[in-house]
Amino acid sequence: MAKTVIHVEDVWKRYRLGVIGATTLRDDLKRLSAKLRGKEDPTVPLDKSNHLNHKTKDAYTWALQNINLEIKEGEVIGIIGKNGAGKSTLLKILSKITPPTRGRVKIRGRIASLLEVGTGMHPELTGIENIYLNGAILGMSRREIKEKLDDIIDFAGIAKYADTPVKRYSSGMRVRLGFAVAAFLEPDILIVDEVLAVGDAEFQKRAVGKMKEVSSGQGRTVLFVSHNMASVQHLCHSGVVLDKGRVVYQSQNIDEVIQYYAKQVRQQVSIPLMSRNDRSGRGEIRVQELCITDTQGNLIDTILTGQAVNIELAYKVSREAPLQDVMVALSLRRFDGTVVTTLSTEYLCSNFQQLTGEGRLLCHIPRLPLTSGEYILNVMIRSQGEIQDWLEDACVLCVENGDFFGTGQVVPASHPGVLFEHMWKHK
Amino acid sequence: MEKHSVKNLASQEQEWTEVIEPDKPWWQLNIGELWRYRDLVILLVRRDFVAQYKQTILGPLWHLITPLLSTLTYTVIFGNIAKLPTDGIPPFLFYLCGTTFWGYFAKCLTSTADTFVANQNIFSKVYFPRLVMPLSQVISAGIGFLIQLGLFLIFAAYAFWQGAPIHLSWALSLLPLLVLLMVILGLGMGIIISAMTTKYHDLRHAVSFGVQLLMYATPVIYPLSMVPPQWQKYLLLNPLTSLMELFRLALLGEGFFEPVWFAYSVFMCVVVLLAGVVSFNRVERIFVDTV
Repeated sequence: MAKTVIHVEDVWKRYRLGVIGATTLRDDLKRLSAKLRGKEDPTVPLDKSNHLNHKTKDAYTWALQNINLEIKEGEVIGIIGKNGAGKSTLLKILSKITPPTRGRVKIRGRIASLLEVGTGMHPELTGIENIYLNGAILGMSRREIKEKLDDIIDFAGIAKYADTPVKRYSSGMRVRLGFAVAAFLEPDILIVDEVLAVGDAEFQKRAVGKMKEVSSGQGRTVLFVSHNMASVQHLCHSGVVLDKGRVVYQSQNIDEVIQYYAKQVRQQVSIPLMSRNDRSGRGEIRVQELCITDTQGNLIDTILTGQAVNIELAYKVSREAPLQDVMVALSLRRFDGTVVTTLSTEYLCSNFQQLTGEGRLLCHIPRLPLTSGEYILNVMIRSQGEIQDWLEDACVLCVENGDFFGTGQVVPASHPGVLFEHMWKHK
Repeated sequence: MEKHSVKNLASQEQEWTEVIEPDKPWWQLNIGELWRYRDLVILLVRRDFVAQYKQTILGPLWHLITPLLSTLTYTVIFGNIAKLPTDGIPPFLFYLCGTTFWGYFAKCLTSTADTFVANQNIFSKVYFPRLVMPLSQVISAGIGFLIQLGLFLIFAAYAFWQGAPIHLSWALSLLPLLVLLMVILGLGMGIIISAMTTKYHDLRHAVSFGVQLLMYATPVIYPLSMVPPQWQKYLLLNPLTSLMELFRLALLGEGFFEPVWFAYSVFMCVVVLLAGVVSFNRVERIFVDTV
């Protein structure tokens, strides 16, 4: 039976909300003098001191609640969950960066975490000097680093620039260097957080390969946190889903874990568009709701690349007579403002000829060709050439990496854009 | 049988290499862990030394230029214009001795005082014993100090050869201890402040000013003998006073020494260091959540 290498026992973590700790000496002195004179604390805002109990309770948030985990030697476990689910907090506790508020964690063996690769690199130092420094920060001795120096340089692919100051490196080279140092650390337990989101495709592949080698070949334990379901699926055997600081699902089968997570993500999301007052147009027709659904009609808030999705639009016509020749257009742009594409009834010569009362329209996209990221949707409705409703930033589309090409290959974040179906062959 | 299984369980408990718990006793220092990270200390010192002078023309010469310039300033202002007495020691040597030692103390204090703020980024990413950082700072500053001490000795030897009324004294044997005491006082004060700055950010601004004030409250640019006798004991309450006077006694042959006050200084240095380590220890775990 494999030994337990990490035992998380009833761990809770509490954070204070708002401006934490950054008090000034003056405030504390005021508080102290008020206390000495037996007066009320002058630095507490009035509304707070009125409902002190209620407010102080609210000033804290539990980032982790009642976490119990047992991780066996050689296990490669994926920790998934939405932003704010507590993944990073858990890793920070395991890597001793922050203590738990309650409970305890028992660890067997050397633990190393890649919370962010390249931590502590100094731009003025050369590649080799930084390998030593970075290795030492991660807990290696100089002798250990010396033994592995050539391997590290080789793995990072920086042989030519080993004596160049790191400030002249490209960001990709820095990341590779950082990862290489950590990969050769040979800890008993490796904690990895989102490193694979950086670096070019070839390096990502090597990084995943290295991690597989570390876990399967050398029997090390790996904890892997990522938003990238494809690499979690590829790398991990078992998994845990965190939600609002609790373990909501745990299984030895990673596929089940990912399925559970996908279901959880498909929770009801509807956008209260009616309360928006920044829309323009004549207003005889208004978009009341915009939502993304899957082929079964379930609401989803995260779409995988390559997935079939519908964009559903609920409308209401306020005039008696039906609206003629209604064009509906959705334009997609990235957060940086680049327009990605426009979906319009006009292009397809399928303007709605008559709309009355309330109803729903649906735009079907058979295979979403967008790379992972967030996209903003604008909506425009025209009737007989006249703008009726125009709403910018109507909805955000979250796209996560999926298997667009059906090959299991995922497009790295460094290759953003739109995906085309294509093929290669000898002519 | 039952006894056996209990024993088994206990031995399994002992196998854990690490137990992370909410609270660590304040006195638990874990020197062993610090020792395991000694290579990191060395590499950090190297980094500081190398990185500090990259892209500078004069490089490590700056270790000599700064004390020489401030000594010249003191000599002109306090020696030639204000005409402060220097116990019969040539003013230039008197001030050079002062700036050399005071400079090291001030460097220890100010460079360790912002340990948490300056390393916020790295501390929130990776764990290593946090004391590694101030320790490496003190050692880095020590390199500069040794260079300056060499410079001082060259000037002193030249002046002696020229017949200046200076000589080494018995206190020279105390020199390593004196330097150590000064370092632990600077380090102790520095890490107390670093622990406090995580809560009171204002302190950061006060440090350099405070160090300057402290210099005037220490006989650095004037000898203790110049202070009216009834005030001397107040000045001696500053543990640095005895140390400073002893430095001059050791290297220039003129200075104040009284065993009681020296013992007091030793005691204060140790107390400050302990207080520093305790407060640093307390803050190092929770600071990531509070900065």
